[in-house]
Amino acid sequence: MSSVTTLQDRRSPIHLIGECVLAFVNGIGDLTLFAGRMLGWLLAGPPRGSVIWPTLHEVGVRSLPVVLITGLFIGMVLAVQSYDQFVMMHLENRLGSVITISLVEELGPVLAAVMLAGRVGSAMAAELGTMRVTEQIDALRALGANPIHYLVVPRFIACLLLIPLLAVVADCVGMLGGWFFSTQVLGIDSFYYWFHAVNFVTGFDVVTGLVKSLFFGAAIAVVSCHRGFNCGAGAQGVGRAATEAFVYSFVAILVLDFFLSVASLELLLVLRAVAPWAVF
Amino acid sequence: MPQQTHTSRTPEAPILALRGVSRSFGSQQVLRDITFDVRRGETLAVIGESGCGKSVTLKLMMGLLNPSAGDVLWNGNPISNRTERELHRDRLKIGFLFQGAALFDSMDVYENVAFGLRQNKRLPEAEIESIVVEHLRESGLSPSIARKMPSELSGGMRKRVGLARALALSPEVMLYDEPTTGLDPVMSDVINELILRTRDRRAVTGIVVTHDMTTLRKVPDRIVMLYPQSRLQPNEPQIVYEGSPAEIFDAEDSRVRQFVRGEAGERIEELFAA
Repeated sequence: MSSVTTLQDRRSPIHLIGECVLAFVNGIGDLTLFAGRMLGWLLAGPPRGSVIWPTLHEVGVRSLPVVLITGLFIGMVLAVQSYDQFVMMHLENRLGSVITISLVEELGPVLAAVMLAGRVGSAMAAELGTMRVTEQIDALRALGANPIHYLVVPRFIACLLLIPLLAVVADCVGMLGGWFFSTQVLGIDSFYYWFHAVNFVTGFDVVTGLVKSLFFGAAIAVVSCHRGFNCGAGAQGVGRAATEAFVYSFVAILVLDFFLSVASLELLLVLRAVAPWAVF
Repeated sequence: MPQQTHTSRTPEAPILALRGVSRSFGSQQVLRDITFDVRRGETLAVIGESGCGKSVTLKLMMGLLNPSAGDVLWNGNPISNRTERELHRDRLKIGFLFQGAALFDSMDVYENVAFGLRQNKRLPEAEIESIVVEHLRESGLSPSIARKMPSELSGGMRKRVGLARALALSPEVMLYDEPTTGLDPVMSDVINELILRTRDRRAVTGIVVTHDMTTLRKVPDRIVMLYPQSRLQPNEPQIVYEGSPAEIFDAEDSRVRQFVRGEAGERIEELFAA
């Protein structure tokens, strides 16, 4: 026993770094296998309507209030924060352009996804974690249902389809919030607000935002369900799974956002050179 | 004694068997080289201290866990040779009553009992309803509770709904994981009676994991006792008793006698010394 204690005491920072790296690689590998199994079951056939509709309702309809409130205030905050700089350059009439481009390409998809990671992702991890702890996932298998097909595939479909739609809602409400504050409080002409808002944003920007949302939705579903399926024992395990689902989803959203932004920029440059008509 | 009426059954080929099965979770080994048979038609009890691997044994038998070493045999064939589809099909021949019943929280009693039927058989709704009602009645439950949610049920009712759900698929084997744990003595005996009736009416082979000495006296034809792997010497077998319920109370092994008599013995000193 004493020899074990001595060995434990001798663990250097290098050992700890090694353990962290191994745990990280192991975690990524496990998540990848989980996503692969989920995709396999997704291709095997769609889940039943009685399973998918409640999930769509939970992810979509019940997330609307939080997305509406978030979108509205983001739009108004953007108006407040941008106004001073634009006034100094006598460009305040162009406020609509910066609000819209910020929302469509970046803030709408990212903030909607972050809000949904908190609301939907944590709830999914907690629900699946509780099912695991109370042996309901084993019961599903015992009764001839595959837990990945029955529990994960509907949540993945719901997040993949509805998170982009919720991001569009956040964009629209944000633009309205920006318009309201710009015209009613800051005194900007409504015509100029919408004129610049519409002319500055291209279809490519809209598509970029939607594609980002698709990736964010997929990441939230896979990460949160994986945390739920690997939940530790007891109430503490479920709580930790819910927290990890949000934190890991948030990190995944930011990392994906960076790489997708770089990829979209590269694509834009290529399109401008090869097919400028495509960047409308 | 009720067991005397059924211990005289002729043993047949094993319907389930473990062959040199070991199972570890991380660095912790729970089961080591376990071998025993379950004969068709018998009711076998698996007993042992908490943490000795009884529930893990049931999940290995069901194919819900994979052994780290050794093989689980269904009707003489290793389940490791089966494809996922075959495993899925054959697993339906085994019913499982979970320790906490494991009813689906989001579904009412009716949907819980109907779940396996909807998932695996294309039956008209009227037939599903008649099967659900029949199995609720057989488990001593009124069909009027069909629209109650699991959270509205007592522990005994949850166990009986779990039993009805498992039996709705007409399994050949029933696995009961601590079926009387957490229930009052009367409800415990109701569950014991239901296990016996299930065996007698449906000719179902049963494996019961239990700590309950009343269950042990009343239900099984045969008993296997496991001892916690962490407290064994390196070459000591983990199965410390395999035999009839009548003989277990006078077993030669002091660990077996101590367990069935519920005596702390030297364990109390061990715990305080630790």
